[in-house]
Amino acid sequence: MLKILPSYPLPLSKEHPLPTLRLLTCGSVDDGKSTLIGRLLFEQNLIPDDQLAALERDSRRHGTDGDNIDFALLVDGLEAEREQGITIDVAYRYVATARRSFIIADTPGHEQYTRNMATGASGADLAILLIDARKGLLTQTCRHASIVSMMGIRHVVLAINKIDLIGYDREGFEKIVADFHTFAASLDFATLLPIPLSARHGDNISLKSVKTPWYGGPSLLDYLETIDVSEGREGEPFRFAVQWVNRPHLDFRGFSGTIASGTIHPGDEVVVAGSGRSSRITRIVTAGGDLSRASAGEAVTLTLVDEIDVSRGDILCGPKNRPEVSDQFAAHLIWMDDHKLLPGRSYLMKTGARTVPVSVTALKHRLAVDTLAELPAETLTLNESGFCHLAATAPIAFDPYKQNHATGAFILIDRVTNATAAAGMIVHGLRRAAHIHLQGLSLSKHDHSRIKHHKPAVLWFTGLSGAGKSTIANLVESRLHSYGVHTILLDGDNMRHGLNKDLGFTEADRVENIRRIGEVAKLMVEAGLVALCSFISPFRAERAMVRDLLGPGEFIEIFVDTPLETCMARDPKGLYKKALAGEIKNFTGIDQSYEPPEDPELIVARGAESAGQAASRVAAFLVEHQIIDRFETGALEDWSI
Amino acid sequence: MNSGLSPHLRRLESESIFILREVVAEFARPVMLYSIGKDSSVMLHLALKAFYPSKPPFPLLHVDTTWKFKEMIAFRDEAARHAGMDLLVYINKEGLKRGISPIASGSSVHTQVMKTEGLRQALDLWRFDAAFGGARRDEEKSRAKERIFSHRSATHAWDPRNQRPELWQLFNTRIKDGESMRVFPLSNWTELDVWDYILAEEIPVVPLYFAKERPVIERDGTLIMVDDERLPLREGEIPCLESVRFRTLGCYPLTGAIPSHAATLPDIIAEMRASKTSERQGRLIDHDESGSMEKKKREGYF
Ligand SMILES: Nc1nc2c(ncn2[C@@H]2O[C@H](COP(=O)(O)OP(=O)(O)O)[C@@H](O)[C@H]2O)c(=O)[nH]1
Repeated sequence: MLKILPSYPLPLSKEHPLPTLRLLTCGSVDDGKSTLIGRLLFEQNLIPDDQLAALERDSRRHGTDGDNIDFALLVDGLEAEREQGITIDVAYRYVATARRSFIIADTPGHEQYTRNMATGASGADLAILLIDARKGLLTQTCRHASIVSMMGIRHVVLAINKIDLIGYDREGFEKIVADFHTFAASLDFATLLPIPLSARHGDNISLKSVKTPWYGGPSLLDYLETIDVSEGREGEPFRFAVQWVNRPHLDFRGFSGTIASGTIHPGDEVVVAGSGRSSRITRIVTAGGDLSRASAGEAVTLTLVDEIDVSRGDILCGPKNRPEVSDQFAAHLIWMDDHKLLPGRSYLMKTGARTVPVSVTALKHRLAVDTLAELPAETLTLNESGFCHLAATAPIAFDPYKQNHATGAFILIDRVTNATAAAGMIVHGLRRAAHIHLQGLSLSKHDHSRIKHHKPAVLWFTGLSGAGKSTIANLVESRLHSYGVHTILLDGDNMRHGLNKDLGFTEADRVENIRRIGEVAKLMVEAGLVALCSFISPFRAERAMVRDLLGPGEFIEIFVDTPLETCMARDPKGLYKKALAGEIKNFTGIDQSYEPPEDPELIVARGAESAGQAASRVAAFLVEHQIIDRFETGALEDWSI
Repeated sequence: MNSGLSPHLRRLESESIFILREVVAEFARPVMLYSIGKDSSVMLHLALKAFYPSKPPFPLLHVDTTWKFKEMIAFRDEAARHAGMDLLVYINKEGLKRGISPIASGSSVHTQVMKTEGLRQALDLWRFDAAFGGARRDEEKSRAKERIFSHRSATHAWDPRNQRPELWQLFNTRIKDGESMRVFPLSNWTELDVWDYILAEEIPVVPLYFAKERPVIERDGTLIMVDDERLPLREGEIPCLESVRFRTLGCYPLTGAIPSHAATLPDIIAEMRASKTSERQGRLIDHDESGSMEKKKREGYF
């Protein structure tokens, strides 16, 4: 719980030199963040002469401080670039004093920029929260504090700046500290140190100021140089994500990676978290020679006694205190993409060295970062954060983010644009998944299909309304049927009127529509059938999701590539006409986009190809890929339409 | 590991090794841009450590402008041989044919054609999908915001309006066909870190970094070394021997020397700690126009 540090002596480390301190500075525009960083560099004599000369020139021209040096100009630039529309989330500055090295992540203070702060906060050990002494606690400060806490930063400096402008007043200072304490009581910080500062005049920056005799704590720099943030990661349970399998020749098979937490020695037992297989460490290999011990933060290569199955993405752990393994879990998300979150849509999740498809199964609430209130929500948009349940297509090994950042953090990637869509922090696993799996089907789909003379598959016809999907699918189905292949046809008519009758045509409903159809198609495949699915299915991500549900070679994506003009001219159900007249909303091709497949198994109906010719090619494909074995493709040629 | 390294250097080293391995695990055709300077020396050294006992599973690529110091070329060939790695050297032949040179064309055209365009041609020629570069964020103001994994379109353009946020060590390595990634494993190193590490790990660097008597002329306030007979001397310019060294290395007519007597690594580090000028001061290309680095980056220069 929150512990406000009263004054010296502080729990400072005796170990010298201390490892690099990674810190984040956050504040609203004009709180004095740039001035503070510039001032620190100046007082530490870290500004090269040529830059200082340029700074003096610039200060006279653009400065806000008369003839004095305006330190803000030294590091500024973030805001200006934001105005040009350049994505500036974080700028990094490097400061080394005689006692310690610092990496400072500086993020623009604009209120929209939750995303930037989260980026700068990931990996930071300590945050400096700037407050303008005249303004006191603002919504913005609360927002920053809660993001800092959510991102798991345990150490906070409350830098109450411009103390000169309130006459170095102790009561003003203490009021702000008390307000902050009230707000932050529920946040999870290990230490919090409030310091009265004047970045412009240099009070309490490197040296303690005579103007604040009532302040008993250290100067900012003194504190940063001596605080110990290590939190004993070496003593925690062993975690090692296999990054790369090192195989120079047949006699050496090592696993390269960085130790996320804990310590190991040759001879120690290790377990592959996912499979539960175990072995012992033979060697800890580095270019500088084998080690007798390695711990958190070290990049090493491990060899094992037994030839057990280990590959990139696996997590090695100790026999006790293993990570959780589940395909469902609850997590906080911070949304970072212009495209909003669509629950049900398939995203790629990267955690450690693993990338697996996941979708959000339930969005529990959105977090109002300034009040910490939990609000109901159906989606998350850029800069919003929320708490949700996710389901992955395969089990993953993880720890709660609070216990281990390296094994509890993830990002979500948009499958179509490849943008980094969200940052995630796992809170806990969900047990539900395990129970359902226990029911494990005892007859497999291969058992089902073995008594038929063909393999199961999904033929997924995608394309615009009126492209000819159903016509072609019907032709293919009737022919397959006449040949004794067990088929089923799923299309808008039988799905929308039954299982999916609660769904409309918004983006979110379309995603859910396809998700359900995908699950149904999967059941059909498990029953050993060839399922022909004929759906506009406009989004790549959903088609990819269905593909992931199925085994290799089972999903056959067939792009019915009829040009929009042709479809509009055909307009068999008069839908385009209505859409153009504005009577139907969200109509694909008119006011909603269609994302053509990038790498479909088949493209049909392009150019002047008739439905019959298209159907023949689908059949030929099935023969060629041994879904069906005996088929006289020639006989298909006389289908025409 | 490396009991001799400070905790600070140890942390930097393992972060860089992590980045190197991540690229090799996630990309089909990586390459390391090897520009012969101290940063490249450190990057190559880290690669040898990252994949040991395997050799780094990618080649080195040098985009040669044909105006490098002679000592740099000799060092390059020896470094590749010592590492046991393939070295690809690419020269923009078409640029040479057009008579592009730092002297005839000026520094910015020369850099654009021989370096920026040369690099793109080389990456296209060998279809590399990821290229390691030795740039550091502390080199220059605009680099402070550069990503470690920097996405490039199929035409090698950098789109500063559409950069991916980088969280934790979870690098988003996904690209579409034809696109590529520039990756900077030394992003978080400072110039001083690089020298401290070179000293601690005894990494060989080009002798030009150490002070020695060299033939130089003073031109527009900069000391230029007369490395071969291609440098046309202006009236009154007579090369004279002075004890100088280089803080950064590029094409010899574009790289200013500094007067110095620092002939060993500890001397260099001591000189740097006392020094009060920034690193790129000796590079003529950066003075060309303000904001020039930002512009070059968008065009594909490192
Ligand atoms: N009086 C006073 N002015 C300050 C102080 N710190 C910053 N300022 C001024 O506040 C303004 C905004 O500062 P700047 O560093 O650009 O804010 P940023 O937007 O947070 O980076 C500038 O005019 C600074 O000179 C301080 O401690 N005292």
